Amino acid sequence: MSVSLLLLIPLLPFAGFLINGLGFKRIPNSAAGGLGVLAALGSFAASLYAFSLFKENGSETVIAPVFDWISVGTLNIPFSFQIDQLSLLMLLIITGVGSLIHIYSLGYMKHDEGFGKFFAYLNLFLFFMLLLVMGSNYVMMFIGWEGVGLCSYLLIGFWNRNTSYNNAARKAFIMNRIGDLGFLLGIFAIIAAFGSVEFSEIFAKAGAFSVGDPVIVTITLLLFVGAMGKSAQIPLYTWLPDAMAGPTPVSALIHAATMVTAGIYMVIRSNVLYSLAPVTLEVVAIIGAATAILGASIGLLQNDIKKVLAYSTVSQLGYMFIALGVAAYSASMFHVITHAFFKALLFLGAGSVIHAMSDEQDIRQMGGLRKHLPVTFITFLIATWAISGLPPFAGFFSKDEILAHAFAHNKVLWGLGILGSVMTSFYMFRLLFLTFFGEFRGTEAQAHHLHESPSSMTIPLIILAVLSAAGGFIGVPEVLHGSNQLAAFMSPLFEGARKVNPGLFAPIGLSHSTEYMLMGISVGAALLAAIAAYVIYVQRGSVPAPESVERRGLEKLVYNKYYIDELYEAVFVKPVRILSDVLWSFGEFVIDLFVEGFGALVIFLSGKARKLQTGFTGYYIFAMVLGIVLFLFWNLVVKHNSAFKDLL
Amino acid sequence: MFPFPVAPPDIPEVIKMVPLHYYLFLSTALFVIGIIGVLTRRNAIVIFMSVELMLNAVNLLLIAFSSYRSDPNAQVFVFFVMAVAAAEVAVGLAIIVMIYRNTRNTDIGFLKKLKW
Repeated sequence: MSVSLLLLIPLLPFAGFLINGLGFKRIPNSAAGGLGVLAALGSFAASLYAFSLFKENGSETVIAPVFDWISVGTLNIPFSFQIDQLSLLMLLIITGVGSLIHIYSLGYMKHDEGFGKFFAYLNLFLFFMLLLVMGSNYVMMFIGWEGVGLCSYLLIGFWNRNTSYNNAARKAFIMNRIGDLGFLLGIFAIIAAFGSVEFSEIFAKAGAFSVGDPVIVTITLLLFVGAMGKSAQIPLYTWLPDAMAGPTPVSALIHAATMVTAGIYMVIRSNVLYSLAPVTLEVVAIIGAATAILGASIGLLQNDIKKVLAYSTVSQLGYMFIALGVAAYSASMFHVITHAFFKALLFLGAGSVIHAMSDEQDIRQMGGLRKHLPVTFITFLIATWAISGLPPFAGFFSKDEILAHAFAHNKVLWGLGILGSVMTSFYMFRLLFLTFFGEFRGTEAQAHHLHESPSSMTIPLIILAVLSAAGGFIGVPEVLHGSNQLAAFMSPLFEGARKVNPGLFAPIGLSHSTEYMLMGISVGAALLAAIAAYVIYVQRGSVPAPESVERRGLEKLVYNKYYIDELYEAVFVKPVRILSDVLWSFGEFVIDLFVEGFGALVIFLSGKARKLQTGFTGYYIFAMVLGIVLFLFWNLVVKHNSAFKDLL
Repeated sequence: MFPFPVAPPDIPEVIKMVPLHYYLFLSTALFVIGIIGVLTRRNAIVIFMSVELMLNAVNLLLIAFSSYRSDPNAQVFVFFVMAVAAAEVAVGLAIIVMIYRNTRNTDIGFLKKLKW
């Protein structure tokens, strides 16, 4: 695998960004869109080719140095790419799903005045995301990590004439920065402990540490803080629902399929370190489970189609962290893949609905859309089926693998997982039924406007629907007569971890009957929740109460998202505001006093002094003569006369 | 009071006929007349004449010293002063003529717009 091929993967989107970004407003929309899509597709083709080469060469990890980048003392940070199973899987997801979303955007953003800018940002995002997953050291990962954060900011605030959108963008950026600080400290700790940031070197040296070593625990916890920010885990998750202010393809690409999974990628990449720190793994599992439950419960009562999906993403990311916490790294990656398919599909489907509804996002105003949007409806149904964990679609296999590992590890974790899965199934079917079933509840104008989306939007939906349906078959568990190809493919990644902490990777030892029972329980529970949703929202035809109705007790608490935003506002935002106000008024008072005082003094004195210029010529001449007389008197009399000696 | 230069012994008798301090008194008187004229008169032309008077008082002094020291440098210098003064008079009078044409007046008290 040559360096030039690998360089091509990130550089194609970057070229797209440069051309669209610099030529913005001069390049016609058709060319800008085509260019953006071609850049993504080219990158996808290069990734596929790299994948096939990797397979041919016997799945050997490739580290391709591009150039020496930073060399300080003993610390050497090369700019190099690492291609192995993990980065290839991420590459395929990013460029594959990314390309589909680029194509979708052609239709979705067609009438937007910032069309070229949008594609420039999307391409820039791809570039940074690819850098993140291809880098062979933590510093390159960090560049990508920051870069995707920047693109996320730019795209959430894409419609920057709306102040609340800008605020959402700032919120996302700032919360990510909090996480990034942890990540950065983690990198520093790694440099201190290992003297290197290269993955291969660190993981080779990690064997010297014993299991549970405090240094490793510190490093992994700090890195996990970074993951919390990027992957929207408690307590740094509140930016993700607000991030829905961005255009829907952005929500699909960045805030569902790729960027938010960067935290999971990072943990899997550092699996050797995490396997050495069981304490951190416990923390990861607990936070994951808490996030899964919290996100799902908030999703139950949301009425904005994108907000429901956003909380669903938070919750599903929680599942991935549960899997990481029980050291089921490949199960977590499996869920990343399937989630990328069905969540991207759900968001794109939601985008198609919003497009048809003339930018209406409230599901209380929808209903009965299945007749008007047949393709969207069927693909949305498939995605809902998949995310709810119902067989035989993708979500079933990945979620089941996570739950099986959780069960083997800790029954409580499994119970929470099942609870989350029930809620997931309920809110997703609630969303589906309220949107596509029953009577249309919107305005006349909206009803008149209803139409299926153009083919540039439906074709990506169909492809993603196929993937959501069939994507699970890459990881069919052994109990269902599969061979779990994904786990087998990824297993070389965890060899280092297996060596340093063999106990963690003991076979989970569940009998087939137990596994069948677990599947039965999770599927049965999800199905029951779906039926409950059907009874409530289709048979009884109930619609969530409008905003004006006063809610009570627990319902009020959940509907208002547990008041977490308000809590943060009061605990963090307000004090910082007050502090900055104080500092500002200090600057305003003390510094301005000096600066403006000097100015005022000069103006005052010069105001007096300029009165000397009277304009009378006689006055000037008199002053001149007087001056000369004084001058002469001084030089000729005072200086040479002993009578004045004492004065001098 | 002031350390005056003592005249060298080889200067001609005809020059010594008028003592140096006579020249000094004369040019000082001329100079003071000029200063008083500049300070007290309001007509621009008269002030101009007074300035010329001061200039020539200095010229006279220069010539006197030059003769008593047998040093021709100052005489050359005086020619320069006269040439420059002639040029200055041309410019100055031209300005006064222009002022007069525009204001029908040569009173310096009248031109006092250029102030704070």
